Amino acid sequence: MHPITTAHYLWLSAALLLIGTVGVLTRRNIVVILMSIELILNAVNINLIAFSHYLHNVNGQVFAIFVITDAVAEAAVGLGILIALFRNKETVLADEVDLLKW
Amino acid sequence: MTDTILFYTFALLVLGGAILTITRRNAVHSAIALIVTLIGVAGLYLLQRAEFLFAVQIMLYVGGIMVLFLFVIMLVNLDQAAKQKQFSGQWWIALLCVAGVAAGFGYFLRKGAAAFRLAPPEPAFPPGQGNTETVAQVLFSEYLLPFEIASLLLLVAVVGSVIMAKKRV
Repeated sequence: MHPITTAHYLWLSAALLLIGTVGVLTRRNIVVILMSIELILNAVNINLIAFSHYLHNVNGQVFAIFVITDAVAEAAVGLGILIALFRNKETVLADEVDLLKW
Repeated sequence: MTDTILFYTFALLVLGGAILTITRRNAVHSAIALIVTLIGVAGLYLLQRAEFLFAVQIMLYVGGIMVLFLFVIMLVNLDQAAKQKQFSGQWWIALLCVAGVAAGFGYFLRKGAAAFRLAPPEPAFPPGQGNTETVAQVLFSEYLLPFEIASLLLLVAVVGSVIMAKKRV
């Protein structure tokens, strides 16, 4: 077995990013779409930490903290919007919200 | 050797959990699979000596965000949604686009992988200073203004989500 390099972490984070993108683009349930966004943000964090480790520079970890802060804010506002949507339209499926569609 | 085994274990947790997250019909099962993924990512942080972020990941993501998700799944009635079809009509277009992006990623990562060797050995921490102290020092000196702006962002998010979820504004 060969040892783990930074490239391994980059492959892993690319795979996680693509899985998250598939989730955002194909699922209809808004709760699962928000979870897929969390997957994408975690892929970004893996990248930041891998380079922080590789370059011995702690700035990457500080950036990861800011990314986590954004993820928290996004989840809170997104779930608030979801509750408002469910109260008004009785649905959690993304393609049934078509008020702006012709 | 141990690092290699641990990396592949955590990678399996991360990718397996992620695939289960986007394919499960029941949203609660998705949430549980997402927790597995987040714990795997936390393990990867620990493997790369980011101990502070490991603790933040467990406490904030697994303890905070996922509980929020489960609360909302409880508030919102998902039983009807679980009976309908789970994937939107253009799923094959989405898969085609993602496959294109994946091909690009694969090409460039394969080409550039030689540029990354093993991480050079860690310089010894100054005595009495671990990862948390180092992160805190940078966060509170170099990134003090972004830190304060982040606190403002969280305040806006709290007020915004309360207003969104209220019955009458």
